[in-house]
Amino acid sequence: MAVTSSPAIAGRPGLVSLVFQRKSLLIGLVVLGAITVFAVLAPLIAPYAPNRLSVVNRLQPPSGRWWFGTDEFGRDIFSRTIYAGQLSLLVGAAATLLAAAIGITLGLVAGFFRKADGIVARIIDAMMAFPDILLAISLVAALGPSLATVIVALGIVYAPRLARIVRASTLIIRELPYIEAARALGVPTWRIMLRHVLRNLVSPILVQATFIFAYAMLAEASLSFLGVGVSPEVPTWGTMIAAGRQYVGSADWMTLFPGIAIVLAVLSLQLVGDGLRDLLDPRLRKDL
Amino acid sequence: MTNASEPNDGALLSVRNLEKQFPTSSGTVRALSDVSFDVRRGCILGIVGESGSGKTTAGRCILRLIEPSGGEAIFDGVDLFKLSEKELRAYRRRLQIIFQDPYSSLNPRMRVGDIIGEAIDTHRLARGAAREERIAQLLGRVGLRPEHARRYPHEFSGGQRQRIGIARALAVEPELIIADEPVSALDVSVQAQVLNLMQELQQQLGLTMVFISHDLSVVEYLCDDIVVLYLGRIMEMGPAQEVYANPRHPYTQVLLSAVPVADPRAKRDRIILKGDIPSPLNPPSGCVFRTRCPYAVQACAEIVPPREDVSRDHSVACIRQAELAGQREFENQENLL
Repeated sequence: MAVTSSPAIAGRPGLVSLVFQRKSLLIGLVVLGAITVFAVLAPLIAPYAPNRLSVVNRLQPPSGRWWFGTDEFGRDIFSRTIYAGQLSLLVGAAATLLAAAIGITLGLVAGFFRKADGIVARIIDAMMAFPDILLAISLVAALGPSLATVIVALGIVYAPRLARIVRASTLIIRELPYIEAARALGVPTWRIMLRHVLRNLVSPILVQATFIFAYAMLAEASLSFLGVGVSPEVPTWGTMIAAGRQYVGSADWMTLFPGIAIVLAVLSLQLVGDGLRDLLDPRLRKDL
Repeated sequence: MTNASEPNDGALLSVRNLEKQFPTSSGTVRALSDVSFDVRRGCILGIVGESGSGKTTAGRCILRLIEPSGGEAIFDGVDLFKLSEKELRAYRRRLQIIFQDPYSSLNPRMRVGDIIGEAIDTHRLARGAAREERIAQLLGRVGLRPEHARRYPHEFSGGQRQRIGIARALAVEPELIIADEPVSALDVSVQAQVLNLMQELQQQLGLTMVFISHDLSVVEYLCDDIVVLYLGRIMEMGPAQEVYANPRHPYTQVLLSAVPVADPRAKRDRIILKGDIPSPLNPPSGCVFRTRCPYAVQACAEIVPPREDVSRDHSVACIRQAELAGQREFENQENLL
C-alpha cells in the first residue's frame, strides 16, 4: 500500500455510485423505500379508512373500486394493507433497536471483560438454543399480549444474534495495537469501547440489524397469526392473514395481498442486508 | 548503568527484578526473570534479543499494558507497578509507546487528526483552535503536512503511518518513549528515514527512550546503552560502544557475529548457533543459554550465573566470562606472533 498523495481520496467512487453498481442493493432499497412511503403516507394514499365497515360490500373480489378486494366486514384490503405496514414496520424497527441496544451492550461487555464473558456468553448460547417463535410466545405469554410486549419480546429474542457478533469482533479488536495505544494514552475504558471498538463494528452491526428487522417483521406476523401478538382488530399483516385464513378457499385475496406485502418487505430487507454486507466488506472496499 | 539494587539517581526509569509469568494450559511460561536495568535521562537504551526473548513483554510490562508478575519500575521516584489504575492515568502522559506494526496500531475508522487529537483530549492539553494548531504542528514535526489530519490511515504508506504513530506518542509531551521495534515492519529504505526522525526528535526534545529491536546495527547506530536479553534473562548489558567493541557474553558474541558487514571482502568469523531458542515453558537449568553455547561446561547447568561487573557500567551473566576473555587474549597474541 503505497499511497503517497491525494489521488486515493479523489479516485474513490462515492457512496451513491457504489450503491448503483449493486443491483440487488438498489432493488432492495427501492422496494423498501416504497413500502415505507406507502406506510407513512397511508392516511393520504388509502382510499378508505382501514376500519370502515361496509356489510353490503363484504368479501368483494379485487376490482377498480377495491383494488385488493374487501374482507368479511367489507373493509378495504388495500387500505388495511398499507395501514398495517405502519405497524409492521414500527414493530420491526422498534424490536431491532431494542435488540441492538441489548445485544451491543452485552456483546461489548462480554468481549471486553474476560470475567463477564463466561456468564454472558453462556446466557447468549442458551437463548440461541431456543427456537425464536417459541421464546417470543413464552415471553408474550409471561408479559401479557400487547403491542409493547411484542416489541419487547422480539427485542429480547433477537438480541443474542447481535451480541454474538459484537462479542466475537470485540475479542479480536481488543487485542489490536491501536487499543493498546489508546490504553497507553490513558483513554478511559468506556471511551475505548465506544470509539475504538464499536466504531469498527458499525458495518457488521448494520448488516445484522437489517436481517433482524426482517426476522422481527416475520415473527410479528407469525405471533399475530397465532393470536398471541397484537389484538386481532388492529390491522397488521399478521392479523390480516389470520383473519383471512377461514376464507382461503373463497376469498383468497384476503391472505394474498398482506402475504405479498410481507414477502416484499422481508425480501427487500434481505437484499439490502446482503448488499450492505458486500458494500461494507473491507476486502472489497480496501479501507481497513 | 549500575547493578546496585537501589535505583540510580541519574536514571529516569529503573527497572528492578522484573518478572512476568504467563500461565498456560501446558504450564507456566517464564517470559521474564529478574530483569533489572536503568534508563538514563536523555539517553536511548536498546533492548536486543531474538524472537521470544521477552523484549516486547518487558516494554509492555513497564507501561502496564500487561500486568507484571513482580518487580519494580521506578519512574521519577515512583513505582509504576504499585499505582492504581486511576493514579496510573496521570503517568500515562509521561510514558508513551511506539508500535511495531504501523498498520494495526492506527484505528482504521479514525481520521489522523482524531487519532492525534485523542491524545490531546484525553489529557486536556488543548481545545478548539489551539488543538487544531497543535495537531498541525505535530504532523509537521514528524514530516507530514497539516492537511493530512483529515485523511484516514489507509491513505498512507507504512513509513508515513509510523510517523503518525510517533506524532500520537509525542502529542502528550512524554518524557520516556518505549519504541517497540518501530522500524522492523518497514522497507529498508524507509527504515533509515524513520530512525533519523526518531533520533532527531530525541535530541531536540531531550527524550529518554527505550528502543526494543532485534536489529543490532540499528541499535548500535541509535543507542547509548544496551541490554541483551535471552529467554527472559539479561545476558549482558553496558554502554553500547563498549558492548559492541568488547562483547563478553558468548551470546552477545554470537549476535554480533551475525551482523552483516558492508565490506564483501571483510574476513570474519561467524559463529553459527545450533538449534532454536528453548521453550520458555521448560527453560534449561542453570544458565539458560548453555544448550546452545559453544563454551558450555558442566557447571553451567548447575548454577544460574550471577551478574558480574567487567567494568564500571558493563556487566555480564556468564560464569566463564573471565576465563574466556583470557583465552581470547591469548589467541589474539598468538595470531599476532
